[in-house]
Amino acid sequence: MHELSITQGILDIALGNAGTRKIKQVNLVIGQFSSIVDDSVQFYWDILSKDTAAEGSILHFERIPGEMTCRSCGHVFRPNGETFECPACSSSSVGISKGNEFQVESIDVE
Amino acid sequence: MNTRIPIIEKILSANDRIAARNREVLDHAGVYAINIMASPGAGKTSFILKTLDALNGRLKLGVVEGDLASSIDAEKAMAAGLPAVQINTGGDCHLDAVMLADALPSLPLQDLDLVVVENVGNLICPASFLLGTHLNVLIASIPEGDDKPYKYPGMYMGMQALIINKIDLLPYVPFNMEYFKQGVEVLNPGVTPFPVSCKTGEGMDVWADWLVGKVNTQKNNGT
Repeated sequence: MHELSITQGILDIALGNAGTRKIKQVNLVIGQFSSIVDDSVQFYWDILSKDTAAEGSILHFERIPGEMTCRSCGHVFRPNGETFECPACSSSSVGISKGNEFQVESIDVE
Repeated sequence: MNTRIPIIEKILSANDRIAARNREVLDHAGVYAINIMASPGAGKTSFILKTLDALNGRLKLGVVEGDLASSIDAEKAMAAGLPAVQINTGGDCHLDAVMLADALPSLPLQDLDLVVVENVGNLICPASFLLGTHLNVLIASIPEGDDKPYKYPGMYMGMQALIINKIDLLPYVPFNMEYFKQGVEVLNPGVTPFPVSCKTGEGMDVWADWLVGKVNTQKNNGT
C-alpha cells in the first residue's frame, strides 16, 4: 500500500505551507500514469490529518488523462491500453505528452 | 472566506531529498548502486547471484534485500559470500529512500564497488520512489507476457536498463518480442535491453561487462 506514504507526503507539504491557518481543501493534480487510488488516499488522509490543521479537510483530485503525441504526423491521442501505436498513421514513434503529473497544486485555507 | 495558496510541489519531494542524500553517501564512498525492480517471480534474486558469477571477481558487491517479510533473500546472498542487509517493509509495496538510508550503514561501503538493491516484487510503484541509486534496472521475464509495458507504463518509464529474463522459455511461451519492444521504446526511448537466461547463463556476460563499464565510468568521473 504505497498510498500511506504518499498521503503522509501530501500532508507534510500542506501543513508546511499552511502556517497557522486551518486547511479546508488540498488540490492535487494526478496524471493517469501515476498510480494511486483516490479512496485509499482519502482514507489515510482522514487518519493522518486528525489533530492537525488539516483535520476535516477535503482532498480534491484533478485527474489528467494520459496523452500521446505522434512524432511522425503530430497527431495527439489517448492510448487505449493495448497499444501505443498512432491511430492516425500507425507509427510507433510516439511520446507521452501528458499523464505524468503528481503534485500538490494548491491548498485552500481559512 | 477561504484563500487559495498556490504550491506546486511534487508529492514525493521529501523522499527525493533523502534519495539525494543517499546518493551523496554512495558517491562519497565511491560506490555505484543499482536498484533492481521487477514483479514477484521475475528472477531478481537469481539474477543478482548470476550477476555475481558473471562478474567473476571484477567488482566487490554488497546487497540490500527488500521484502515484505522474511530474510530468505539476504540469507541466499550471504551464502554466496556477499555482505547483505535485509529490509522488511512490513506491508509497504516498495522500498523508499528512508529505508535505504537506514540500511546503508550496515554495509561496508568503503570496501565495495557496487551495491545492488533488490526492491520489493511489484510492478506498480517502486519506480516512483527514488532511492538515490545511480541506475534503475527493470527485469521483465518472458512468462509474464509481452503486454507489461502497456499495463505498467510507470515502471517502464522509470528505468535506465532493461533485463529480459527467462529467454530460454521463448520456444514454449507465446511472447511477441516486437510488440513488447515497441511499448518499451515509446515509454523509454533508447533504453538498453539485455536478453538473458539465469537458467542457462545466456546473455549474462554481456550484462556484466556493461555493468563493469558503468561502475568504472562512475569511478573515473571521480564522483
